Amino acid sequence: MDAILLQILNGLDKGSAYALIALGLTLIFGTLGVVNFAHGALFMIGAFCAVTMQRLLGLSYQVIDETQKDFLGNPLTVNVSYMEGWFGPEIGQAIVDWSVPLAILLAIPVMALVGFAMERGLIKHFYRRPHAEQILVTFGLAIVLQEIIKHFFGANPIPAGAPDVFAGSFDFGALIGLGGGSIIYPYWRMVYFLFSVAVIGGVFAFLQYTTFGMVVRAGMADRDTVGHLGINIDRRFTIMFGLAAAVAGMAGVMYAPILSPNYHMGMDFLVLSFVVVVVGGMGSLPGAVLAGFLLGILQSFASMNEVKSIIPGIDQVIIYLVAIVILLARPRGLLGRAGVMEN
Amino acid sequence: MSDLKKGVSRRKVLKGGMAGILAAGVMPTIISKAYGYTNEPTGSTVTFGFNVPQTGPYAAEGLDELRAQELAVEHLNGIGDGGMLNTFSSKALGGNGVLGKEVTFVTGDTQTKSDAARAAAQSMIQKDGCVMINGGSSSGVAIAVQGLCQEAGIIFMAGLTHSNDTTGKDRKRNGFRHFFNGYMSGAALGPVLGEVYGNERRAYHLTADYTWGWTQEESMIASTEALGWETANKVLTPVGAGDFSSYITPVLQSGADTLILNHYGGDMVNSLTQAVQFGLRDRQVNGKNFEIIVPLYSELMAEGAGENIKGVYGSMNWNWQLQDEGTAAFTRSFGEKYGRPPSNSAHTCYVQTLLYADAVERAGTFDPCAVVEALEDFDFDGMGNGPVTYRGADHQCFKDVLVVKGAENPSNQYDTLEVVQVTPRAQVEYAPDHPMFGGPEASLGECNPGA
Amino acid sequence: MFGLDAKDTRFLLIVMFLTLATPVLLQPFPETSSLAQFNAGYPDLMQRFAIFGIFAIGFNILFGLTGYLSFGHAAFLGVGSYSVVWMYKLLDYNVLPGLILAVVVSGLFAVVIGFISLRRSGIYFSILTLAFAQMSYNLAYSVLTPITNGETGLQVYSNDPQVLLTEAGPHLPHLFGLVMSDATRVRLGDWVFTFNFGYYFTAIIAIIVFYISLRIFRSPFGMILRAIKSNRTRLDYAGINTKPYMLAAFVVSGMYAGLAGGLLAAMDPLAGAERMQWTASGEVVLMTILGGAGTLLGPVLGAAFIKYFENIFSKINEGVLHTWFGWLPDGLEDFIITIVHPFVGEGWHLTLGLLFVLVVVFLPGGMIEGLNRIAGLFNKKSEKSEEAQDSKSDARESQPAE
Repeated sequence: MDAILLQILNGLDKGSAYALIALGLTLIFGTLGVVNFAHGALFMIGAFCAVTMQRLLGLSYQVIDETQKDFLGNPLTVNVSYMEGWFGPEIGQAIVDWSVPLAILLAIPVMALVGFAMERGLIKHFYRRPHAEQILVTFGLAIVLQEIIKHFFGANPIPAGAPDVFAGSFDFGALIGLGGGSIIYPYWRMVYFLFSVAVIGGVFAFLQYTTFGMVVRAGMADRDTVGHLGINIDRRFTIMFGLAAAVAGMAGVMYAPILSPNYHMGMDFLVLSFVVVVVGGMGSLPGAVLAGFLLGILQSFASMNEVKSIIPGIDQVIIYLVAIVILLARPRGLLGRAGVMEN
Repeated sequence: MSDLKKGVSRRKVLKGGMAGILAAGVMPTIISKAYGYTNEPTGSTVTFGFNVPQTGPYAAEGLDELRAQELAVEHLNGIGDGGMLNTFSSKALGGNGVLGKEVTFVTGDTQTKSDAARAAAQSMIQKDGCVMINGGSSSGVAIAVQGLCQEAGIIFMAGLTHSNDTTGKDRKRNGFRHFFNGYMSGAALGPVLGEVYGNERRAYHLTADYTWGWTQEESMIASTEALGWETANKVLTPVGAGDFSSYITPVLQSGADTLILNHYGGDMVNSLTQAVQFGLRDRQVNGKNFEIIVPLYSELMAEGAGENIKGVYGSMNWNWQLQDEGTAAFTRSFGEKYGRPPSNSAHTCYVQTLLYADAVERAGTFDPCAVVEALEDFDFDGMGNGPVTYRGADHQCFKDVLVVKGAENPSNQYDTLEVVQVTPRAQVEYAPDHPMFGGPEASLGECNPGA
Repeated sequence: MFGLDAKDTRFLLIVMFLTLATPVLLQPFPETSSLAQFNAGYPDLMQRFAIFGIFAIGFNILFGLTGYLSFGHAAFLGVGSYSVVWMYKLLDYNVLPGLILAVVVSGLFAVVIGFISLRRSGIYFSILTLAFAQMSYNLAYSVLTPITNGETGLQVYSNDPQVLLTEAGPHLPHLFGLVMSDATRVRLGDWVFTFNFGYYFTAIIAIIVFYISLRIFRSPFGMILRAIKSNRTRLDYAGINTKPYMLAAFVVSGMYAGLAGGLLAAMDPLAGAERMQWTASGEVVLMTILGGAGTLLGPVLGAAFIKYFENIFSKINEGVLHTWFGWLPDGLEDFIITIVHPFVGEGWHLTLGLLFVLVVVFLPGGMIEGLNRIAGLFNKKSEKSEEAQDSKSDARESQPAE
């Protein structure tokens, strides 16, 4: 029982990441009709916003300490961070410690800008082009983005830790009365799950309850008619692209403590998130979220030793297997609409 | 009609071209196959091929290997301070190239894929005329390229490859490995682990689900069970899983008190980080502190895992913090050129390049078969690992192995690992027909000079 | 000739000439010049051009004609390679049994995968094929290691049965004694040309399969496939059952991929699991779109373009740059190298990515359209050549229906 609960928890945080990426992909696809292969790269750039924030806050001046030696035997240069200099060691260190959550403040504007730039500079020329060409151009863009990151940050993963408060784990079992020590769960993963629920809820509320969201939803359903009504749908779509990029970026920032950011992490997520989107049903936002959590949880279950001992290697293929079964049982994924990207 | 015209003009051009060539007095000649061996260098230079991952997950490691290889070429050509040439026990090399020929090099990108690595190696052999290929950062690639060099008739000096198979069941006469292997890691770590963690432990293995992971796991189980440890469970994880949480949580419930992570690269960084996040190291099981072990370490992984490696034991081929003069010389010249200490993959590539050059010099020819003879059972010293032998029976170097642990109080950003013990060579030796190394069936085959 | 009209015959002859002259055409710079770096006329790369050309031609029969975008063709490539190496292990190094097996087995795989995947269309079809290929890759890399030798790649060991192998027989891949790696090097002044048996073997197969694809494009079968792309519903109403046609196209293109995979192992007796990874499937998609989907020659151009970058640009390191720009004054030299360096060597991915973007932005229809435009410039006086017109119309048709 507790083993199963534990795997559900594990599936939730994996699922949150899938759901957030898939949500952005679906937003872009649903509004703009563009298959965005650069979406994984946006997630990756988000993660590097966390690294950048950590570096910015850790910026320091150098003091030469004659008492210590570096690896060549020369006097050691010691770095003292500006934050500590300005705010005193205690607050300064606390700020540095919180660099990952603080990076969200950096990620939202940066990602929105990257999104606007992408949409205005490149993607908008591809609305009327075939999907195959959209794939080629966004894939090319993804390579370019990841190579730029590699150029500046190197190819090695860079650790970006959670704040100390959230660094450890807590006894979830005891919390819900299952006996101590049975379900240990890291704080940060719980934070990530709650965070993603908040973001997903925010996006849905935004689309549901604002005029802007209403127009966009109308545009998703029937672009031409909305255009005929004299509404400038293009500008709104640009904003939607920025929003989708920001969602991917935030997903990346908060994931940094779980997965040390590296420059090719976007590609690793890209394929999975496409599977998620399609399983959820093209163009369906709730479908994307549902499929994200479903696949995350199923993957966790498949990783259990009990399951693996019955079917070896099942954890390697479960996502694809489930995708095949679902697509055969439900032609348009879980919640997909007819006629979207079917020809 | 226009087609006809075009055809004529094309023919005209061809005719004109041929006439021009003939007029210049150039006749096509078939290059005779009188060579004794593949890519015999005839000019004033000799070309080495450095085949390292430049894109993909191991690009950082490849970059460090490349730095070391360039440094080795400089030292061979007499540029710079000579590095380990000054401390190397063999004095055949004089800093004037190899056999009087200036050393040049070409580089290629393995992408850490066997196919791409072989394509890059083929181009080095067929296009650039390389006599030796060096480098690489995974066992799959090393075994693939080693096989290719065997077929083509040139020498392969393996870079970072840790699987038992490279000099086990996949050993080749034209291939040589300086780096240590999974068996040696196990043999070196075992006694130290017994000393620090006692003889009554239950170990849980998480193992990357491919050849290297399996051989590493096999070696670690053998050496820990010899201590009296129990193996609670061994679980295979998909390569590049990213999130290991669903593999880590069952560890908590298994009653194990030790987690052995047979992972490398990004997988190791992630699984270790996540294991620490799940609070494994804060736990008490069976009245003992829960411990994590990472059998194969690298500096770059340590950097990627950050604080999580503090106090975690593992093994290495070499570390820049060793005190011998060979290490000091290499670290100094590498550090002065690149502003950072070399990693152990850089070290192995540097040493391999020098060893090859030295063997050529001693053999008096680039003929791979003569080089093989010169390297087989060659004893040397002064390269940072103490006295070393290149065993003739399987082309594996035998030398001391380092047991290291994550530094508790790093004094600078490169001081991530500290050397706990230098395990003497005798303790990590094994018979060439050891069952983990292909048993009696494994054979180097014949030397192939190619051409 | 060959059952083609005059225009197609001329086209085929040009392709044949270009293919057979490749060892000369790709070696434009003399050995001694510093531009020799850009020469691509060495056996391994030429073989790859031909093999990936075959892969892309086959992919184009499915994607270019029907618009069905498969993201799982790498599975067939891998299956083909494994088949050939298994034949080496069981029989001997003759490539023929392996290649036949490769085509047959990949065909069977394609029947199964195609039958299931073709129940869906559009992106649902793409994801189904992707899922099958990724499952094959993941299993081949780990659980199926006894069959595939996993990470290391399947290769021949001395204790394999090899029942047909004789002591005298070649211990390298060969065709009835003609060894694939045999090459003759011809020196002509400062130029050195390598004529390799393996290349000509793949090249002749490539020409044959190109011819087959040409016939398919011009056949009633090809017409139906195109009709499926432009309006499948109409076909359904017309009472034509499109399913068998689609499946046939899928299987043919799967067999092409299997053949390509088999040839990879025929040139180099090793089959790695990453041949089945999604990146390999993605690569052939990129090759086809980059060159020009739906055109006859485009996919081959795209394949050559990507393989050229992978093998030539990745090898340009800082040392090479210094030899190129060494004649500049020091400061300027360093400046230029700083600028150029990120785009070559370890940065070859960056250049490739940029070129993807540039080609698709400026040349909708792919590289073949670029060629046609250039041809158009030269033929300004007269009307654009028929050939260009023809492939251009192909290019236009290539655009998948929305």
